[in-house]
Amino acid sequence: MTITDTPRAQRRAQRPGRITRTAVPGRDGRSSHPTRPETRRNLARIRRDDVLRVVGAAAAAVAGTAWLFAQVFPFEGPLTFVVIAYLLFVGFFVVLISFDDNRVTVIDRVAAVVMHSLAVVLILALAVVIVFTLGRGSEAFLNWNFWVQDLSLAGPLDPMTVGGMAHAAIGTLIMISISLAIAIPLGLLCAVFLAEFPSPFARIVRTVVEAMTALPSIVCGLFIYATYILLFGFDKSGFAASLAITIMILPIIIRSADVVLRLVPGTLKEASLALGTSQWRTIWHVVLPTSKSGLMTAIILGTARGIGETSPVLLTAGYTTYYNLNPFSGPMVSLPFATFTLVKSPEPSQIARGFGAAAVLMVLVFVLFLVARIIGGKGAGVLSPGGQARARAASLRDAVRFDQRVPTTPDRLDVPAIPDDQEVTR
Amino acid sequence: MSGPNILEALDVSDGSRPQDDSPRQLTTVRGPSDTVFRVAAHGGGVLVLSIMTLVGLFLAVRGAEAIASAGPSFLTEQDWEPNSGRFGIAAVLFGTVAIALIAIVVALPLAVGTATYISEYAPLGLRPLLVGIVDLMAAIPSVVYGLWGMFWLEGAILPVAQWISTYFGWIPIFNVPNFNPGDPLATPTVFTASAFLAGLVVAMMVAPVAASIMREVFAQAPIGEREGALALGSTKWGMIRSVVYPFGMGGMIGGAMLGLGRALGETIAVYLVISPVFVIQPHILQTGSNSISSLIALRYGEASPFELSALMAAGLVLFLITMLVNFGAGIIIQRSRSGAAS
Repeated sequence: MTITDTPRAQRRAQRPGRITRTAVPGRDGRSSHPTRPETRRNLARIRRDDVLRVVGAAAAAVAGTAWLFAQVFPFEGPLTFVVIAYLLFVGFFVVLISFDDNRVTVIDRVAAVVMHSLAVVLILALAVVIVFTLGRGSEAFLNWNFWVQDLSLAGPLDPMTVGGMAHAAIGTLIMISISLAIAIPLGLLCAVFLAEFPSPFARIVRTVVEAMTALPSIVCGLFIYATYILLFGFDKSGFAASLAITIMILPIIIRSADVVLRLVPGTLKEASLALGTSQWRTIWHVVLPTSKSGLMTAIILGTARGIGETSPVLLTAGYTTYYNLNPFSGPMVSLPFATFTLVKSPEPSQIARGFGAAAVLMVLVFVLFLVARIIGGKGAGVLSPGGQARARAASLRDAVRFDQRVPTTPDRLDVPAIPDDQEVTR
Repeated sequence: MSGPNILEALDVSDGSRPQDDSPRQLTTVRGPSDTVFRVAAHGGGVLVLSIMTLVGLFLAVRGAEAIASAGPSFLTEQDWEPNSGRFGIAAVLFGTVAIALIAIVVALPLAVGTATYISEYAPLGLRPLLVGIVDLMAAIPSVVYGLWGMFWLEGAILPVAQWISTYFGWIPIFNVPNFNPGDPLATPTVFTASAFLAGLVVAMMVAPVAASIMREVFAQAPIGEREGALALGSTKWGMIRSVVYPFGMGGMIGGAMLGLGRALGETIAVYLVISPVFVIQPHILQTGSNSISSLIALRYGEASPFELSALMAAGLVLFLITMLVNFGAGIIIQRSRSGAAS
């Protein structure tokens, strides 16, 4: 049926600008979906009593612990102080609540305190990891030469003003580029195969890929070492390390890309196929763009994992203190591998250089991760505010274009497509 | 050309020849581009499958050599001297499992607590930031954790290990035979480079991974059930215990097992902090431990072809254990109520 079947629709067709019933998102000011899932409300209320109890228990605990340390027990060390203060705090807190409330409330409040403190412990410990690495590494990476020189001229006893980690950074970049050049096309192709061509064979491939995500990274290195280097007789090189990294990150990328691709709404694919598009074009123009952010996240997380892993490189790349830009010959070193080698040295300056390399590596991973967060982390087809605005603008442009076209060719809509068919069927 | 006409027409055509009303054979005619694409995609799948099976098969074949020559003593022998024929993974396997278990015992409460805090207690404005921090931690390279364990944690943990050994030494695993707490000159160096230290370092690596999975699952607990529990007079903890945890149980177990898989395979952080020994070391606080992956990192360099095959066999055992744990985790996550959405 065409839209001009009823007299009312024909009248609508005569009126310029009123032909389509296409709802343009955002045209009426409502940009959100009417049946969007309900959001969580914040039901937490903090009463003055709660705050006062926490403050009071904390003050009593600190004072009590200080008194214990000074007068009663010969304990020492900040860690012991914190542990005893914490235990006392929980004790005082329970006593304070039990003045006013019943047992159920006491358990509730204590559980809240325990959850808060577990989270604080974890995040604090992780903060210590980062600050410690950056702090120890700053001795090395605050010197400009750290960023531009290699270690060939710097002996173990030389000061921090000689030598740097540029060769390791370049090695890392070369290795990860080669791995990604293999892993991205192959991984995405395989993920598309798994998601778009379901078959018993695809299930086998998926199972094997999932099994291989469990392959310990050192075993990837061992495999390349035993085949590429010992069996085929090539030297240790950056390329061998790239192959080991590829084998490690390939299952990771395929698995997360497969999950993202399967989240693409079937309606979008069916709409595209119903318009007569070939499967290849559907995947290229609908499936991949829809899941773009998720795929980028998969790739970047795989990259972060590949950059940071030491053990495959340890077995396959060899160690060097020189620049080596050729991945196919001669040893090549990466940042984590350089860190690993340097901190095993007894010399403080070498250890400091190792920390510097670790700090640079960590910052590199953070930057990659932030990029992944910014472009990714959204579900398939969920647009960023900018993307939403662009899509809305495109819809509006289309609507305006339709509006302008209608009056000039009004009879195009009355082309009797169906009567022809009727003639045929009769 | 109105609607009813068309329907009538269809009725007529169908009614006149009812025997035609059977499923038609629908054939898909693919264009050349689609055919090429299908072949390419299948080729990608075949290629990946063959690479992955090649790795697995190669490991199995090379490892089988060593296992066949060692026989059942491969699982019971503690020494690692493949060239003289005496080698087995009893000691390293014990060390691997011990370190992984210590790691998971420490990491599990931290991960559950952090996940619960982020999903239930943290202020709404702070949540995205905390989620980002925890996910970021999961991406920190293991060598960084190794450095931290080697240069910072080792010193900080000595008094703790000494304290545990002094007061809980009567529990066999915490006993340290060479350490006499009554002796004022006793040196704490017997506590360095222990399985306990390695376990703590690996726990720090594993906790963010597990916490990030658990947090995702907890956040999916149905809002209706949450508010229902609160409306029935439950406290917040009661709501968490009766709605969020049962809902997220699959995610909790699965996250812990994925963390365990990561802990089992960890190489560099363990290699940096332990001092390798080739005996079963049941005293976890005492110096010396070992793991399969650090054994490979330690011995691959000067390995003879046969020794390499023995290392492959050890790697194969590690791979099989990790795979088992990962598959178990996957099945548990999928079977659980929360797994359907994730």
